Amino acid sequence: MGQGIPARVRLALALAVIAAGLAIYAAGARAAELSFPPLTGRVVDAAGLLTPDQRQTLDAKLKAHEDRTSDQVVVATVPSLQGTTIEDYANRLFRTWKLGQAKTDNGVLLLVAPQERKVRIEVGYGLEGALTDAQSRTITASAITPRFKTGDWFGGLDAGVDGILAILARDAQDWQRAPQAKDDTADPVQVAIFVILLLIVMVVAWRMVRLGSRAGRGGGVVFLPGPGSGGWGGGFSDGGSSGGGFDDSFSGGGGSSGGGGASDGW
Amino acid sequence: MTTLTAGALRQPSAAARLLGLLAIALAAIGLSGCGAVNRVPTLQEQAKSAWSEVQNQYQRRADLIPNLVETVKGYAQQEKDVLIGVTEARAKASSVKVDASTVSDPQKFKDYQDAQNQLSGALGRLLVTVERYPDLKSNQNFLALQSQLEGTENRIAVARRDYINAVQAYNTEVRTIPGRWIAAFLYPDAKPMETFSATPNADRPPNVKF
Repeated sequence: MGQGIPARVRLALALAVIAAGLAIYAAGARAAELSFPPLTGRVVDAAGLLTPDQRQTLDAKLKAHEDRTSDQVVVATVPSLQGTTIEDYANRLFRTWKLGQAKTDNGVLLLVAPQERKVRIEVGYGLEGALTDAQSRTITASAITPRFKTGDWFGGLDAGVDGILAILARDAQDWQRAPQAKDDTADPVQVAIFVILLLIVMVVAWRMVRLGSRAGRGGGVVFLPGPGSGGWGGGFSDGGSSGGGFDDSFSGGGGSSGGGGASDGW
Repeated sequence: MTTLTAGALRQPSAAARLLGLLAIALAAIGLSGCGAVNRVPTLQEQAKSAWSEVQNQYQRRADLIPNLVETVKGYAQQEKDVLIGVTEARAKASSVKVDASTVSDPQKFKDYQDAQNQLSGALGRLLVTVERYPDLKSNQNFLALQSQLEGTENRIAVARRDYINAVQAYNTEVRTIPGRWIAAFLYPDAKPMETFSATPNADRPPNVKF
């Protein structure tokens, strides 16, 4: 060890390795990164296919449905898929926007990429049973792409939205799904149980210490934080600001998607 | 002071014990407050649940195949080799035993991945073959199966991506310093997990276009 590499050289080597690692990490992160348009409303027309009136028409339908069922259905058009597949782009966009409520994952994204001539309906985890892949495919194939072929963007999107909302509304009726969007506060019963448990633990610990000192045993009390403490922090802060509550500001409620839905081209 | 230490060495007073206990409790609460202590098991659970989702989606694909093979058989009986290839690949993929050790055992993990990749290849060949049968391509049952298969392949891609990310976070935690010590001390069974090697086209589902 004595005639090994001098400390200064070793330090320089270590720094070089760290720098190289960071460079690789940054490059990897950039390669996987896509840029997404901001979620400005229920209709995000980044590709500029619609007139303001048409946007409003679609938005009104989507908002009426969300108010009734808490399902967040969003229409997006993008100028480019940035080299990835529409499936990949739609899933990442869906997760970036966090469509649907956090508890129920009830979001749907209708994504159009006019440059690549692709359309996709991406369905959140919670609606996969209501709006199946086959149904999504039927909507894209029968309602959307025939109109897109003739350049009728609004007609295709409008028919597509109608198809999606009709299926979701029927499902909501069947299951009597009540809007449970803003029900995320801490349960007082749970809090009470937690406090009582804490008190019991403290009393037990106190008594063990006293017993231990009286009996003169060497063994102490081992106190390990249970895994529950991590869970508690999450319980209180979870998705407190679910979207769609106010007319002007719209944001995702915290939902996610696992790649359900269907894609189509024209 | 000297008399006190002699007594305390043999038997610490209740007050001293309580103070020690409080110190330990405070340290534990402080650590768990930063999330350092709980991060290893939390990330491990996340990686495990991502792994369950991968298995779940592969299973879903396997469940679709008998129906798909039956439907194709009705129209393209002469493509026996391709159909048998798919059936055999499915049987092989289903026969790979998966248990809790699969994710931390490189050989078992590779077997699982290889079997699933082989099934992907066989399915790809079947779907290319189907191209030659226009009647089959317009069959309603087949169209529904096709969209389900597409959806499943896409879900597999998403589940694999999520798993890779979850394992990356977990492995980084158990291999770097505070997490490494915490894992060695408190969670001796927390081993680094295997992850999917990116085969060409692993990111995107096999092309299921007709």
